[in-house]
Order: sequence, then C-alpha cells, then structure tokens
Amino acid sequence: MNKMLNLIIDGRKLQAEEGKTVLEVARDNGIDIPTLCYNEELEPYGACRLCLVEVSRNNRTRLVTSCLYPIEEGLVVKTSTEKVVANRKMLMELLLARCQGVKVIEDMARKMGVDKPSFKPEYFEKNECILCGLCTRACAEVVGTSAISLVNRGVNREVAAPFLDTANDCIGCGSCVYICPTKCIKMEETGDTRTIVNWKATFKMQKCQKCGKNFAPEKQLEYFRKKLNLPQGFFDVCPDCR
Amino acid sequence: MRLKEIKGRVNSPKQLEALRASVLAKRDPKRPCIALCVGTGCLAYGCVDILEAFKNEIVKQKLQNSVDIRATGCPGFCERGALLTIYPQGVFYQRVKIEDVAEIVTETIVKGRVVDRLLYADPNTGERYQKETDVPFYKRQQRILLEANSKIDPTSIEDYLAIGGYSALAKVLFQMKPEQVIDEVKKSGLRGRGGGGFPTGNKWQSTREAEGDIKYVICNCDEGDPGAFMDRSLMEGNPHSVLEGMIIGAFAIGSHEGYVYIRHEYPMAVDNVMTAIKQAESRGLLGNNILGSGFHFNVKVSRGGGAFVCGESTALMASLEGKVGEPRAKYVHTSEKGLYNRPSNLNNVETWANIPHIILKGADWFSSIGTKGSKGTKIFSLVGKVNNTGLIEVPMGMKLRDIVYGIGAGIREGKKFKAVQTGGPSGGFIPESQLDLPVDFDELTRVGSMMGSGAMIVTDENTCMVDMAKYFVGFLQEESCGKCLPCREGLKRMLQILTDITDGKGREEDIELLERIAATLKDSALCALGSTAANPVLTTISHFRDEYEAHIKDHRCPAGVCKPLIKYSIIDEKCPGCGKCVEPCPTKAIKFVAKKEPVILDQELCIKCGTCYDICNLKAVSIK
Amino acid sequence: MASKVEAIIKKYEADKGQLVSILQDIQTEHQYLPKEALDEVVTLLNVPASQVYSVATFFKAFSLTPRGRHLIKVCLGTACHVRGAAKVVDKMELDLGVKRTQTTPDLRYTLETVNCVGCCALGPMVMIDEKYHGQISSDKVSPLLAKYE
Repeated sequence: MNKMLNLIIDGRKLQAEEGKTVLEVARDNGIDIPTLCYNEELEPYGACRLCLVEVSRNNRTRLVTSCLYPIEEGLVVKTSTEKVVANRKMLMELLLARCQGVKVIEDMARKMGVDKPSFKPEYFEKNECILCGLCTRACAEVVGTSAISLVNRGVNREVAAPFLDTANDCIGCGSCVYICPTKCIKMEETGDTRTIVNWKATFKMQKCQKCGKNFAPEKQLEYFRKKLNLPQGFFDVCPDCR
Repeated sequence: MRLKEIKGRVNSPKQLEALRASVLAKRDPKRPCIALCVGTGCLAYGCVDILEAFKNEIVKQKLQNSVDIRATGCPGFCERGALLTIYPQGVFYQRVKIEDVAEIVTETIVKGRVVDRLLYADPNTGERYQKETDVPFYKRQQRILLEANSKIDPTSIEDYLAIGGYSALAKVLFQMKPEQVIDEVKKSGLRGRGGGGFPTGNKWQSTREAEGDIKYVICNCDEGDPGAFMDRSLMEGNPHSVLEGMIIGAFAIGSHEGYVYIRHEYPMAVDNVMTAIKQAESRGLLGNNILGSGFHFNVKVSRGGGAFVCGESTALMASLEGKVGEPRAKYVHTSEKGLYNRPSNLNNVETWANIPHIILKGADWFSSIGTKGSKGTKIFSLVGKVNNTGLIEVPMGMKLRDIVYGIGAGIREGKKFKAVQTGGPSGGFIPESQLDLPVDFDELTRVGSMMGSGAMIVTDENTCMVDMAKYFVGFLQEESCGKCLPCREGLKRMLQILTDITDGKGREEDIELLERIAATLKDSALCALGSTAANPVLTTISHFRDEYEAHIKDHRCPAGVCKPLIKYSIIDEKCPGCGKCVEPCPTKAIKFVAKKEPVILDQELCIKCGTCYDICNLKAVSIK
Repeated sequence: MASKVEAIIKKYEADKGQLVSILQDIQTEHQYLPKEALDEVVTLLNVPASQVYSVATFFKAFSLTPRGRHLIKVCLGTACHVRGAAKVVDKMELDLGVKRTQTTPDLRYTLETVNCVGCCALGPMVMIDEKYHGQISSDKVSPLLAKYE
C-alpha cells in the first residue's frame, strides 16, 4: 500500500494514495473535470487538454493536465478558475470549427457556454474524428495488435491503417468502434460477415456450435486463443452457451 | 626531433601525453599552412574545387614538402566565403575564388607578400585588415569555442590532440570524483545552450541521483531553429570537443551509454562525428576502459528525419526509440524517466563543447565571463539583413546594438533597421527601442522573446512584420506533431487569420482573436513548440501594431511585401529601355518599347514574382 | 530488394530504436521508400506495420512515392525567408509546372522545401542533388534548372 498524501481540490481537503493522478482523485471524490481523450483502461495521453486545472505548491502555480499530473503532498488544485475556463472555451471553439455537425462535441460545447467558434465560417470543417487517439491506444495497449495508428503529422494527422489500405493486423474485435467518442468508426454485420468499414477489414464470423449465433470473428478468437494459450476448439461455443 | 610513433590505444594519462608530444614533435609551427574552410556553407562557394586547386598548385610549384594544406571546419564568417587563413602569419583571405589560388601561393607563400584585394575591407570605412585576429568581425568576439575551427582538420584526431584535446578527460578520470565534476559544472553557472537555459550542473545532479543502474547521456544536435547553424559548425568543425564533453558528463552522471542525435539535414556533421568516434575508440579515448581508468562509455549516432519537434527532448527520445517524434508531458522529468523510461541527461552540442574548457580552466574562470544570471560565452548566428553575416561568439551581456552594428557592421544596402528576432520560432522581435538590451537568458525572456538556440535574424524596413508572424506560424504548423488540440488546431486558425490579413481580407476583430488563441496556446499546449508559438505573433502585435492595422484597415503593406497589397511598377525616369527585364519575365508582362524609352509593365499580367526587380541593376522597378 | 534491406537491418544490429536511420538508408538506396522494402522491415525488425507507416509518414525526409532524377530542396528557413526565399520557390513552381512536394510528369525534377540547411548566411539556399547553391533569387532560377538534365 502506497503512502497517503494530503491535497486540496476546489477547497475540499482530501487524502489519496501516492502514485494517483489529480484526475483520478477528483473522480474518486465526485469532482467533475471534463475529458475527451481519457479512458480508465488506457495510459493517459494528454491530447485534448480539456482536463486542465490550476495547481499550486511551494509558491509555484501553473496549469497542468490533471490526467497526467501525479499528486503531491500539500498540492492545491483549482478545477475552474477564470483562466482554466477561458482555455476550455477556446479549446471547444477549436473543436467546433474542426467538427462541425458532430453532436457529441456540440453538446459538450453548449454545456460549457460555447455556441459557435469565433473564426470565419468558410473555414469550418466537417471532420468526425477528434484525434483523441482512443482507438489506436486501445488497439495497441489492450488488444495488442496495433493494427491502426496515427499517421502523418500536424494538420494532416489522421487515424489510418498502414498504407491507407486494409489493416492486415486487425482482428475485427470492434474495440475501436466501441471506444470512439464520436462514433465515427463504422462496423457492419451481414449474415456471417463483419466489416470494420474504415479499415477495409472483413471477417468471417465464428458460428456457435450450440446456439448457432455468429458471435465473434474467427480471426479475433484465434488471436486470443493463441495469446492466452487455450486449447483448440475452446471458442467453438459462444460465451453464453459455455 | 622525432619521438617514437605511438600506435593504437593509450592506456594512461602519461601515455596520452607521450602521444601528444609525438604529434607535436612532428609539427613545425614555423612551417606555412594554408587552412581553408570546407564547412557546409563554403561548399556553396566551391571550396572543394578550391582545395583541389591548392593541392595541385603546391605540387606544381614543388612545395609539397614545405607547405601544409589543412581542410578546416567553419570559422563562421560565412558572408565572405571562401575563407582561408595562412599560418603562421595569420593572414586572412576572404571571397577567395579558384582563379586566386595560383596568385596566393606565389605571392603570399613563396614571396611573403599580401594580396590586397583578398583582404577583408570594412564595408563602412573601406579599411583593410591583414590578420585574422585584427578583422573587426573576429576581434570583437570572444572565440573560446570557435577559435579551434580555423586551426584544425576535424577529421584528424592528431590536430585535436595538438591543441590540448582530451587532457580535460584525463584530469577528470584520474584526478576528480564524479561529485566533484558536478560541483565544478554547477559552480561555473553553465546554463543549457539549446534554448531552455536550464542550469547544466543541476540537471547532471538530478540524473546522477535518479533511481536506476542504466542511465543515458544524449547530445541534441537537432538544431531545428531556422537561421541557426552554431551546432552544425561545432559538430562539423570540432566533433572531438563535443565527444570529450559527453564522456566527462557520462562519468559524472554514472552513464555508460550515449547517443548523438543529429538532424538529417547535416550530412557532413554526421560523417565527421562518426569519424571522430572511430578515431577516439581506436585510441582508447572512448569505449571500454578509457585511458586505462576502468570507466567505459559507448556512443551511437542517430539521425533525425526532418522534424523540428524532435529538438524537444521527449520527442527526440521517442525518435531514438524508433517511434514518431511526439512529445509527452514532463511532469516527471527526463532526468528521472527519459529514454526507455530510464534516467537520461540531454544537453545541446554547445553545452557539451563548453565542458572541457570548464574542467581545464576552472569554474571561477568561466563564471568571470558574462552576467550575473548568464555565464560564459554564447555562439549566435547573425543573419538576415546585416552586412556581416555569420557565426559570432560573444560573452553573455554584450549589447544587441554592439552585435548588430559593431560586429555586424550595420544594415546592408544602407536600409533602416527594423527589428532583430531572437530565439527562433519560439522567440520574439526586439525593436530599435530595446537594442541596448544585453544578451542574457533572463533579460531576453523579460521582454517577451528568449535566447533560444542563438539564431539572431536582423530585419529592415522592407520586412513586413505581419508577413514574419505569418511565416513563423506557417513554419510551426508544418512542424507541429499534431498530438494536442490547441497546437494543431490553434496554429491552423492563426495561419488562416494571418493569411487573410496579408491578403487584405482581415477583420477588425482579428487582432484580438489572435491574442486569444495565442493565450490558449501558451497555457494549454503540451510542449514548448506550442506554448511558445504565440511569441512571434504577440511581439509583432505589441511592437508593430500599426503594420497590422495598415493591412486590415487600409489594405496596405507598408514594407512592400504582401503580394495582394502591393504593385510592381517601372520608374520611368530611371529606366533606360535596355530591355534586360523583358525576356526573363515569366508572364511576358513587360513590353519593350525602344532604346532610351522606358519599358511598359502590364499590371493585369504581372504576378509579382520579383524577377525584374532582382535583375535590374539600375533600381528602375519600384514595389509599393 | 530483400537482401539489401536485410543488409541494412544487420548493419544496425536489428535495433528497433534505429528505425529512422534504417528507413533513411533504404531511401538512399531506392530514392524513396518502396512498399515492398517496408514490408521487409516489418518482418525482419519485428515491429508493427502501423508503426513503420506512422514513422514513414511523420518525418518529412521520407517519400513513399518515387522521386525525380533531380531532387531540388529550397530552404525556407527564417534567414532565407527574410532574403526572399518565398519568391524563389514560387518561381520554381512556375518554371517546373508543379507545386512543392510534387514531381514533374517526366520524372526529371522533384521540388521540395526544407526548413533550414544551416547555411543561413548565404541565403536564399537551394540544394539540387545534394549540391549547395547560395544567394539564389528569382532571376537565377531558370538558368540554374537548365543545368540539370
């Protein structure tokens, strides 16, 4: 068990384990800090910058991303100072200008009091992807296939399969589809086939030998069977029937 | 007197000194030596052919046994290439062309006479200077690091040994403890020369104290700031000095593995460092059991791939791991968790090059140079619209005015100074009113700019400050890694706004909007590329707001740069009708009328490419 | 193709950290990064294809499409910009009939821009086939291009 540290968030005196981040402690205590690229199961990334908070210690105050900042003894955290709010508002304006028409972003912006971006409308874009990296990180860290990645750099950055072709390492598990906050990764299932549309990857589904349901791609099951050293035929029957 | 030739490894300080003595014994200081610069800059002046020509001429005049030719690194006076110095007299020739070679050998080497037209002449007074040490460009500098560049062949370890090389290393390994080395560096007050200005000794100490057996020492030669070429010069011209600094640092920190990360655009630096590593290894000065001390340290060279962001320490380390150059948060310092999550000490080339000097001459000597907060010398690249462009090494605290007008000899073509830009894309513009500022880390930061890596770009009345802000934002947009929202999207919008302004489509509210985006970048960007991106925009708005307003309100570019807002026209009174501009015009917009009659420029066809302006010797083309 | 990639990877002791250097050596060999060579790297170096593709598209030095016989690099560093590099690049685009990062249809030239080659005192700088040309202005562009077949 790690050492317990004392800190203050928005005036509340709290105690938490050393090694935790400010965001984790805030969420553990019901204090709301907005995020877009954060997921508990993945390593924090620090791309969206929405979780910015003001931290002070030893007469030094600065703005940091709470998802990555490790707590310290005597840390004073303020989650909604004027500066923090002004930054979050501009960040939302930038997102709105990039993702015109994406409901999730528009709802989030409205909640923060941001209606429309201050830039010239002719420059608005209609991207659905917010480049949070959740899909690529899930694929690399949880699934372990690294089938997709963030390619190019700067304003040309995008999530893609190698060579913008079929993602050969994709196993069709659908993790990227589920984790995407704007639901811009599309999955289609027809009969005994599943396609992850964005990565041009099509998979034959495994049919359960008991109930006959097409429950998961064969490739995905084979991948996990090998990874977890399970016997042949382990996935011939679906989890419900097992 | 010839001493016994010492081959192979030297296994003690005593053997090192014996090697040094044998090298010096073979050299006659009175023997004439032509030291010609073959640095990358001089390649553009054809120095390779000039070197060949000298070799041939020496043979032709049967002087090969009495005259040496040495191909050296960059001494810094790039404005005047090709450059050479003739030792032992120290005669300095500039703007040397291949046609001058025979005359130089005959007149100066053989007859001991000076070729006047090849001497440096002050652009303002016309006075000529014979000796390299008298040339005002060099004389006003304090060339602790750069001096060796005009004396040694960087591909010769013997040359480095001849000037005392590796004696600092011997002292450290056999007379000092690691903690003593760190104390000395701390006491000297040396601060990082790459731009961060962090106290070097403190960084070494943190890395030493960090948990872990495997630690890394890294040299950052990514030098991405456009306009900066100090590190190129040091790495090309004196790679052993950088290696020596790294080995000393590794010993102090307790590291046995190091990397030299060189930007892909510096092929000569890569070659010279790799040669230096092989030579040092073969002499037992690098690798296992250095100088027989039992300390081992190995170095690998890695190249960048054309990404400015890889000058940032965490992005550089990601690139060293075979990944894309994306920075990460530095709430946990790289001295604790850096390359492969292990304690890593990263320093800039110039920082490493200072170390052997500090060890040999002492911390007190070093801290006697410079100001209270910024010790030692700094190499700057003085470029842009000054008369004397090149590398200069000056003590910290020298006034900007003395640099621009004293060493730089003022603005070229007699134009008016506008501002000097320091700190690269992370820095800001310093106007005439602040020219008495001393070069000092804290002073430059105080006025909204920064020291940065040392690029000093001088602009004149024909530089449009809005265009410069647009230039820097465009540069940063291209170099942004794209990971974090404010940098990727913020720079995009700033560039769109600045482009609108330079196209005459700016709105009243644009200046305030730029300031808002800049503030968000400063507060929320993930790394220093994003957080300092605001500086060029904010300093130009602060000092040159009138230019922004002219573009927005009057649709006018006072400096005559922004194409949609300017017009090229022929000054009839000055045009003699020679027709020189007619044929090169890409759109045939200029019509020849008759000799002695001015040409006619059709505004409908003119694309403002500038060809006629450049080609006209009589300045008969005006830009408004 | 296979043996060349194998030799390059062997030279770097199959060190995954040297991926950028490995790709640079491959590019020097073929003037660009052929897909087949990159597939080899994935197999021999044991890194995910997505990582190789990310690295190949992140760094400006790499080209995934074949390049012209003569590689033109116009420096757009600040010192060169202040001395008029933008006009040089515009003139190049005009003369060659292609935009920056593109290759002429006859595969004679590829026009690229670079952010500083370190010759800041001699700007505007243009490199053609690794040869440095300094103090280039709009009027010098056509004569310079004519020297390269």
